[in-house]
Amino acid sequence: MEGLKQASAGSLESNDLLVFVSPGSGIKIEIESSVKLQFEAHIREAILSVVHELGVHDIHIKVEDKGALDFAVRARVKSAILRARGEK
Amino acid sequence: MRGLQRSFLFVPGNNPGMVQTADLFESDVVIFDLEDAVAPSEKDSARILLSEAFKRFNYQNCETMVRVNSADTHYFDKDIPVVATLGVDYILLPKATVEDIKRLEAYLDKLESPLGIFAIIESSIALEKAFDIATASVRMRGLLLGGEDLTADLGVVRTKEGLEIQYARNRVAVACKAAGIVAIDTPYTDVVDESYLVTDIEEGKRFAMMAKASISPRHIDSIHSVYAPSEKEVVYAYRVLSAMKQAQAKGLGVFSLDGKMIDSPIVKRAERIFALAKKIGLQVTGVEYDA
Repeated sequence: MEGLKQASAGSLESNDLLVFVSPGSGIKIEIESSVKLQFEAHIREAILSVVHELGVHDIHIKVEDKGALDFAVRARVKSAILRARGEK
Repeated sequence: MRGLQRSFLFVPGNNPGMVQTADLFESDVVIFDLEDAVAPSEKDSARILLSEAFKRFNYQNCETMVRVNSADTHYFDKDIPVVATLGVDYILLPKATVEDIKRLEAYLDKLESPLGIFAIIESSIALEKAFDIATASVRMRGLLLGGEDLTADLGVVRTKEGLEIQYARNRVAVACKAAGIVAIDTPYTDVVDESYLVTDIEEGKRFAMMAKASISPRHIDSIHSVYAPSEKEVVYAYRVLSAMKQAQAKGLGVFSLDGKMIDSPIVKRAERIFALAKKIGLQVTGVEYDA
C-alpha cells in the first residue's frame, strides 16, 4: 500500500501481542502463538477485520501473540498500521 | 453516580491484561490511566486499546473513568475526543486549574458528551484554589488529592505517616464538602510494604475524605472495610431515622433522642450512614433496612 512504512505495536507481556507491519504485495499474515493450534483462525479473523476496516490491501503483518484476547489483537494491529501510515 | 464511591482503582491504560479484568477487583470505580502509567511513545496505542476494550467489555460491576493527559500537553486534544465516545462515566483531569476545567467543559459541551469531571489537586496553587476548582463546572463530581506530586511541589518528603499532607487532606475534603462533591484521598503508593496501609486509609477518613484512590487491587478490601460504617454508627442512624418517622407521624417538627435534640445535620448524617450500610448489605442486629 502506498506510503506504508515499517512499524510495530504492542509488547511481549502476558495477554498482549507484538505486531510488526511492513509494505507488502497483497495481504500476508504470519502468526506465532503458544495457542496457535486452537486460536490461529480466530487471531487471523481479528487481524483481517482491522485490515479491511482501514482499507489496507498490500501489507505484511507478523504477530507474536502472548495470549491476547481479540480486542487487544485488533487494538495492536490498528496501532501498528496507523503508525506505519504516519497517523500516530 | 450509579453506586457506591469508596474506592477508585487506577489501571494502566496500555496493559491488556489489567484492562480486560478491570471490573473483577471489586473497586467501586476504575480509573483507566492514559497519563503517568503510559509512556509517551505509547499514548496512541493506549487510546486505541481502550477504544477496543470498551467495544468488547461493558464493565457492569463498576463505574469507569479515564485519567487523560493534562491540558498543557499536546496529548490532551487527542485524548478528549476518544474518551468522550468510549461510554465511560467520568473523566479525570490531572494538574487541574480552573481554566483547564472550563476548557474541558467547553470541549465536552461541543462534543455533546454527558461526562462528569473529577480533577486532581496536586500542586500548591491548586490546593489554594481547591474550592474554585471544585465549583468551576456543573460537571464537577469530585477532587482527588495527588499526594506525591503535591509534596514534590512543596519540597517536602512524602512519608508513610503522612503528617505532611494532613492540611491538604483537610483542605480538599472541606472544599468538596462545601461544593457537594466527592473527596478522594491520595493512594497508598508502597505496594511492597503495606504495614501502614490501613492507618493511611483511616487518616484520610479522619480528615473527612469520602473515598480513597488505589494503585493496587490488593488495597480495595482494606479501603472498603475502613469506609464501611461501624455497627454502632448504623444502630444510631437507624434509631435517629425511626425517631424521625415517629415524630413526623405525630406531626412534630422537632424531636429528640436520648435527651438530645436531633437537627437536620444529624438526620442527614444518619441517612448517609444508613444508605451506605444498606447498599453494602451490612447485617446489624435489630436494624431493618426495608422497615
